[in-house]
Amino acid sequence: MPSLAIRVQNVKKVFRKRNGLLRRKIREEHALKGITLEVREGEAYGLLGPNGSGKSTLIRILSTLLLADGGDIEILGFRLPEHEREVRERVGRVSVDAAFYKKLSARENLLYTAFLYGFEKPDAERKALDILKRLGQDASRFDDPLEEMSRGMQQKVSIARALLVNPPLLLLDEPTTGLDPKSKQEVQRFIEDLRRREGTTILLTTHDMDEAERLCDRIGILTRGQLVAEGTSEELKSQAGADNLEAVFLKMVGESFEEAEKEVTVE
Amino acid sequence: MNASAIRQTWAFVYRDHQLTKRYWSWVVVFAFYALVNSASVTLIGVAAHDTRLTLTLTIGVLLWTFLSVLFNEIAMSIAYERWEGTLEYTFMAPASRFVHLFGVSLYAMLYSFFRVAVVLAGLFVFIDLSFRGANLFGILIVLLVSSLAFMGLGLIAATLPVFSPERGAEATNILQGVLLLVSGIYYPVSVLPKWIQPVSWLSPATYALSACRKLMGIETFVPGQPLHGAPLLAVMPDLLRLLIMGIVLIPVGLWIFGRVEHWAKKTGKLKRTG
Repeated sequence: MPSLAIRVQNVKKVFRKRNGLLRRKIREEHALKGITLEVREGEAYGLLGPNGSGKSTLIRILSTLLLADGGDIEILGFRLPEHEREVRERVGRVSVDAAFYKKLSARENLLYTAFLYGFEKPDAERKALDILKRLGQDASRFDDPLEEMSRGMQQKVSIARALLVNPPLLLLDEPTTGLDPKSKQEVQRFIEDLRRREGTTILLTTHDMDEAERLCDRIGILTRGQLVAEGTSEELKSQAGADNLEAVFLKMVGESFEEAEKEVTVE
Repeated sequence: MNASAIRQTWAFVYRDHQLTKRYWSWVVVFAFYALVNSASVTLIGVAAHDTRLTLTLTIGVLLWTFLSVLFNEIAMSIAYERWEGTLEYTFMAPASRFVHLFGVSLYAMLYSFFRVAVVLAGLFVFIDLSFRGANLFGILIVLLVSSLAFMGLGLIAATLPVFSPERGAEATNILQGVLLLVSGIYYPVSVLPKWIQPVSWLSPATYALSACRKLMGIETFVPGQPLHGAPLLAVMPDLLRLLIMGIVLIPVGLWIFGRVEHWAKKTGKLKRTG
């Protein structure tokens, strides 16, 4: 039986914001209200939820960028926050915004990452080019500044950055949001190919139901900081007596995906 | 430091060098401004036909060019990352904060030497300068030792943009201005109002300047004669003060940085950009 890549138990996160004329009023926003989930090694797990449901907060906690207010977290056998360094060495992250030095080229950005993870230049360049080729990226654009690339191209470089260091666990935070249909297809195909070739464990957050169904072995539905349902897409459909994930969401949450997205503003 | 840590240190030097190349027009603008500003200050001594004053102002502009660029590059390193939106990626890399900030400081030091070289070369065009007889090797040692203390101050200031990107950058500039005022860069500290003079004791630049003026031979300068720079031993008290400041300020800076990083991760402040 495969061991666990991610074990999250009763994890909570509260953000406190000061309001009022003298900023003396404190408003608490409960981003995660005791999340428990497990992802097995080699599995692709999808977190489906509207904006503000807590998906990105959970990803940022697992990436060591946020500290949880309660609960237990273990990544590939390492507890957080005690073993941040070990986790950082083994986790790659792609966020919805391709955060780069926009004036630098793809080559320069990727080399910087490679050096940061202690890799050597020739290996890093070869690997980066290979990944970009598999993603359908034109190699001749390797030396162009990122600011001259489309959003889709930037996101492909972002994926190359995350994979450059061979992470056994990949955290994909809405990697296809805002991409054109062709780029979206290429990224999705690449993720499928990656799982087949490398057996990488993937935690994917998305609000695209079709994407979750296509790429993930299991799906968790997250809304208002709570995991309300979990299972394979078939299991979820059968539990809810629905024939698509949109209808599953409506049945489980009591409102449509769009309505939930309008109401919640915390992420 | 193992091979991996050396590569990680190199990552920051490599990144900052590439960014400097991409922003080359700003590098030229800043170097030009530094040169014009330095020449304007130094020409005051020339206009007064006072070689000692000219040398005092020259060593002041060179030292301040070096220390202010060093301080500013380190102090603004986090603000730059916030503006680029890359801070989270840097913070989730498996590089220790010491390696991260050491790499940033190393490049800042190289860049500071470059800026000093440009200003110095430019000053030779404007002013008939001769450093014959000055203890230039001693001055280099003082620059290196005083760098440690300024790195420590830079690390402390670098935490400010974590609290607030804009306010942090503003506070950094104010801090730099205070250092310029109290350190007696262009004048002796004794001409400052009495109430502010004790603040100058806290600035590493005060001791760096005092040492550099002696090593340059300004205090013993006789018009028409070559300079007689003091030996390094003569500035040992200043060097020791600078060394102690560096030994104290760097760990303090790293500790404060660690606490602020923990706070930012607790409150979610790492996420904000711009």
